[in-house]
Amino acid sequence: MNMILPTASISATPNGTTRPQVRIVIVGHVDHGKSTLVGRLLHETGSLPDGKLEMLKAVSARRGMPFEWSFLLDALQTERDQGITIDTTQIRFRTRSRDVVLIDAPGHAEFLRNMITGASQADGAVLIIDALEGVRSQTRRHGYLLHLLGVKQVAVVVNKMDRVDFSAARFNEISEEISAHLIGLGVTPTAVVPISARDGDGVAEHTPRIEWYKGPTVVEALDALEPAKPLAELPLRLPVQAIYKFDDRRIVAGRVESGSLKAGDEIVIMPTGKIAKIKTVESWPVTPVGGPQGAGRSVGITLDRELFLERGDIIGHSGQSPRDTRRIRARIFWLHDKPLTKGEQILIRLGTKESRATVVAIEKAIDPGALSNEENSAIARNHVGEIDISLAQPVATDPYTDNPRTGRLVIEVNGRIAGGGLVLSVDAGRPAVPIDIVPVESALRPDERSARYHHNGAVIWLTGLPGSGKSTLARALERRLFSNGGSPILLDGDTFRAGLNSDLGFSPQDRTENIRRLAEVATHLARNGHIAIVAAVSPSAADRAAARRIADSAFREIYVATPAEVCETRDPKGHYAKARAGALQGFTGIGNDYQPPAGNELTIDTSNRSVSDATDEIERMLATTGILFDELTDLAANI
Amino acid sequence: MHLLDNESVAAGTRSAALAQASSVPGIPVAQPPSMDHLDELEAQSIYILREAFARLKKLALLWSLGKDSNVMIWLARKAFFGRVPFPALHVDTGKKFPEMYAFRDRFGKEWDLDLRVEPCPPIDAVDPTLPPAARSAARKTEGLKWALNKYGFDGLIAGIRRDEEATRAKERVFSPRGLEGEWDVRDQPPEFWDHFNASPPQGAHLRIHPILHWTEADIWAYTKREGIPIIPLYLAKDGKRYRSLGDQDITNPVASTASNIDEILAELDATKIPERAGRALDHETEDAFERLRVAGYL
Repeated sequence: MNMILPTASISATPNGTTRPQVRIVIVGHVDHGKSTLVGRLLHETGSLPDGKLEMLKAVSARRGMPFEWSFLLDALQTERDQGITIDTTQIRFRTRSRDVVLIDAPGHAEFLRNMITGASQADGAVLIIDALEGVRSQTRRHGYLLHLLGVKQVAVVVNKMDRVDFSAARFNEISEEISAHLIGLGVTPTAVVPISARDGDGVAEHTPRIEWYKGPTVVEALDALEPAKPLAELPLRLPVQAIYKFDDRRIVAGRVESGSLKAGDEIVIMPTGKIAKIKTVESWPVTPVGGPQGAGRSVGITLDRELFLERGDIIGHSGQSPRDTRRIRARIFWLHDKPLTKGEQILIRLGTKESRATVVAIEKAIDPGALSNEENSAIARNHVGEIDISLAQPVATDPYTDNPRTGRLVIEVNGRIAGGGLVLSVDAGRPAVPIDIVPVESALRPDERSARYHHNGAVIWLTGLPGSGKSTLARALERRLFSNGGSPILLDGDTFRAGLNSDLGFSPQDRTENIRRLAEVATHLARNGHIAIVAAVSPSAADRAAARRIADSAFREIYVATPAEVCETRDPKGHYAKARAGALQGFTGIGNDYQPPAGNELTIDTSNRSVSDATDEIERMLATTGILFDELTDLAANI
Repeated sequence: MHLLDNESVAAGTRSAALAQASSVPGIPVAQPPSMDHLDELEAQSIYILREAFARLKKLALLWSLGKDSNVMIWLARKAFFGRVPFPALHVDTGKKFPEMYAFRDRFGKEWDLDLRVEPCPPIDAVDPTLPPAARSAARKTEGLKWALNKYGFDGLIAGIRRDEEATRAKERVFSPRGLEGEWDVRDQPPEFWDHFNASPPQGAHLRIHPILHWTEADIWAYTKREGIPIIPLYLAKDGKRYRSLGDQDITNPVASTASNIDEILAELDATKIPERAGRALDHETEDAFERLRVAGYL
């Protein structure tokens, strides 16, 4: 059996990879002819697979319907049945000087999320308008979204000119209206082309029917769109994706979004403002690598000192670092069914950073498809607006006018992307009252603490039915860790309810808030090197998932899976007896569903093992997951 | 998912001022080497792999032993500095070519992979309404479900590409699957600016597609540049070669004289025959492939 092991060699890249590649999205109102134009373009540029056209013509004939160019794209059965494009499809073809990746985006308002998914990948756009219908709501909306998505090169085509007898007057009317709209958004059309996608006029050639038009054809207009350029001229921005410790190297991994870096550079890590030098630029199979690494590269670096940094931090050069802020004004588009309102709790993603946040103000709410602006307190689905966001923790960012890569964010609701937009300014709309949150950082570094305790900070979350043995295990673990010189701290759910959480009851909302506070306190302790041991029933999987998000990589979930009947027999606090007697409503274990964890680090059933045996197992888990250690080399590991 | 941005024009004025303020006049600054097309693809794939590793708890990489998943393993080694920090899962129909098994056994060791080979159920266990080749391929979907249940993976990294097949063109980079592994093509979440939906509902999983944006020619050009080993069935023998490798009984070679990667690339440049032409299941009925994918096929 011989394997082929080609020797790595640097040769000329093959055809198809040396020509500039440009990604173009085709947008516009539903039924204005996007798919037809794409089908026609494929044909005119000789890009169709052999037999494809004939095959589709045969299928059309078999179904007794006339052939349409759009069939080429509507490859899915379901789509053909509905007659509209559901999702983004990508098609490749070649013009004289470009390799074009065409992204066909749906025009139907229902599928705006797909239009955005497609358009966000584009270097340039073609906005298509039906000559008969003229500029419609979705035309305007797509124009607005191109601006929000940062697509600056837009060619307009006025389609179905055959339906208006190739009238130059009608063309000029539409051309003026759309140009005014786009210029108002800061986008100047690169061309406005009259075409008939079905008949071919203006697509690849000038035909006598549009002899009055002297501008470029669609193919020529596509040829003129430029591939996006890396942001080499801007200051360095390296958002941290992860810190890897696969071996004795501690590698900070991320993608250079702008600028460049090299070994020896003095850097600043935001939002904390810590300073370090880049020791090496790591790679594989050859490492380390010399020379600068520019925008667009995925890199790994090591630093000259051991300091705490984490996913979501942004590395810049000293003197040119991004801003740190807890307050952002953003111009956003909204895709969620439920309108975005003031006071809403959301999750913000800025680069690799994730932060909980609150919408503190809605400054503008606009339907970008309508001609007049509406003023509203909520941003409806498929609308846009400007909002002020207050973040739960400081983040590093730039206004998008300074850096389009680090100056944009997405909003997540229930784990699904619900909107996105541009950072207009930071620290906007700060309240006039001179009370501000200024977090004071600890004087100690995490590695100083872990050197003393021989462990990293952690949140150990014990969840299970009342009476399952959480508190017993928590106390045993606390004693064990303390005996070994560690710094464990017990956070008992009931103890908290008597104090910090005494304002909370047992409604689902209050339970959620109870868990959030426990998780915040525990995470604060973990960040300061302690091992916070939380013993709380925490029946809701969603609440525990939220706790995991707060504590992030420090979170270790242990499911105390003692069978319910054993728990009830034990009944250490007399709760089961009360609940059975009807004196305790909403008690988890009897009247309330407990949702067992799935992705937990450990499961322990205390009905069939001793406390010390179970504690051993927890200790082993903590050792294998990087919390407990003996060796000094691990001291700088991140929690 | 683009790497670069058009806003540089708008931001240019301000940034140029910043850049100037930082450089000392008269002293040339070393410019980073510019990135070619393959560099851009590689950087993007590495970014995706690292995002998957950061955001999911239990990942596996689906290793079909073909050219695409070999490139993917190579990219994972680049992303994680020489090691693949999650299992490589081979869902084995038992009907692959002997050359493919030999390749797996050798490189599973050489690349130090945490290789998990999982069998597929017998053909009788599969939807009898599917046409023969699709039914045979659907075994893999079932095998995948078994493996998912067995290990509890919440993310599966798969080497599909948009240019392979029309329904794959509609995929997201992070693609949610239902509890039964099914794909809801009509309700895909938005995905933009390299922000991925990475929170599968409890019990469901995500498919992650790090090379979705690559083409067949990109795969070969990169394989050559990096010196990634390949199975010799891809090269022409007696006037035929395999463009795509699947099960022995449902994969056919295409006519070709390409005996090395350069010749493959030249051939691809000229051809208009689709890559999966040799895959029987793509041609049975108009919607066979889509039905498979909706049910959880790759």
